[in-house]
Amino acid sequence: MSAHLAPLLPGGGLGTGGGLASGRALAVGDDGEPLVRWDWIGRNSDIITQHLNDHLVLSIVPVLLGLAVSLPVGLLCARYRWLYAPVVGLTSVLYAIPAIALFVVLVAFTGLTRTTVIIPLTLYTLSVLVPAVVDGMDSVPEHVRQAATAMGFGTLRRLVQVELPIAVPVVMAGLRVATVSNISLVSVGALIGVGGLGELFTDGFNRDFTTPIVVGIALIIALALVADVLLLLVQRLLTPWARAGSNARTARRAVRAELTEPEEAAL
Amino acid sequence: MNAILDAIRWFFHGQQWHGTDGIPHRLTEHLWYSGLAFAITVLIALPVGLLLGHVRRGRAASFFGFSVIASANGARALPTLGLLILAVLVTSSSLVPTLIPLIVLAIPPVLVNAYTGVQQVEPGLRDAAEGMGMTGTQVLWRVEAPMALPLVLLGLRTAAIQIVSTATIAAYVGLGGLGRFIVDGLKRQEYSSTAGGALLVILLAFLIQFVFALLRRVAVSPGLRRTS
Repeated sequence: MSAHLAPLLPGGGLGTGGGLASGRALAVGDDGEPLVRWDWIGRNSDIITQHLNDHLVLSIVPVLLGLAVSLPVGLLCARYRWLYAPVVGLTSVLYAIPAIALFVVLVAFTGLTRTTVIIPLTLYTLSVLVPAVVDGMDSVPEHVRQAATAMGFGTLRRLVQVELPIAVPVVMAGLRVATVSNISLVSVGALIGVGGLGELFTDGFNRDFTTPIVVGIALIIALALVADVLLLLVQRLLTPWARAGSNARTARRAVRAELTEPEEAAL
Repeated sequence: MNAILDAIRWFFHGQQWHGTDGIPHRLTEHLWYSGLAFAITVLIALPVGLLLGHVRRGRAASFFGFSVIASANGARALPTLGLLILAVLVTSSSLVPTLIPLIVLAIPPVLVNAYTGVQQVEPGLRDAAEGMGMTGTQVLWRVEAPMALPLVLLGLRTAAIQIVSTATIAAYVGLGGLGRFIVDGLKRQEYSSTAGGALLVILLAFLIQFVFALLRRVAVSPGLRRTS
């Protein structure tokens, strides 16, 4: 994995200055400076694109790694219940550790590389996804499980063809949370020089120049939105039966009616 | 491993324990900023969340509920560091603009959990309380709020941890506190200070988790604890 990522590393070392230094002459830094200088964006589109690519890698790799680890761990926890409490305890303790603290501790072991950012984000992903996988397996109705067994499904086939598909919505909800928060957390890595779009923040701060900061914030929010919508689409593709017969709106209406009914009766 | 040992040595070095750049002073600063931001967050978000959850009837209430949850999900996408830097650059001062992002980012978890906690209370229980002659306020305080407490505490814990970690990052834009050790250490290439600061922040985060676990044990009704 790291061998594959290595060529993408921007020059190595603390990449805060680097290519952006050329823009230094643009920063007037006087008062009366506009919040966004639109021409700066056009002139620096190369650097922005590069940061965007870095940002994508830094936020998506942890999600994939986290998913790859939390699926088996979550399934084990769902099967052997006594495992669940200690595993969730461990991941929630890890989740509480501020990202910046984990980054700087890891610098001692992995240096100022992408790995230093990817490991903590993978751990955060785990702490969201392991409970999501267990909750997803819990969302499989017992009668469905029994029906599958009665139809002669073995454990593995039942898991892959029945239980996992039913668990998809719950797991996807966790995946969306993890992806969106990773996308915004990556920028903290800029403090150790590996932050994707976050490096626009430190660059803007060093030069007292707001344009890169606004651009960075806007792109990160846009990226998070796009990722969220894409994951929703994937979920729709993976669960075609959720749409069959009744579309989402009527389903929601049914839920709402169910929720409000007892209250109306109370009136 | 050497680096960790350095950090521990740094930790126990006498120099670290007095003066404005000493651990006690920085810790006090950190707790002061975080405490202030947390108090303001709770004052804003908790009453609003509880009330929104309580007033569930009607289109407006469900619209509010929907937008509360949507905004909380949206808030996750906001990059802390960018907001902090922007706030400081735009206002060109330090303390107050730094507190605003801390508060803005901590409001959603408190709001959503308080809202969901109250809203999830079984309608039958609410009816029973009303049937016993409780007024709306009494239902909220004696039935809904205690039942929502586990979720409310979860929201408060998330907010507290979020604030403490964002306050650490805020050292980058000049705020005091434990983050100073990390940011200054990175700037001066003194890794022992950086790692020592990180260890302190991690300890603080663990302490907060512990306090909330304790609170949960003390404050949540035994009847609720057994089921959840």
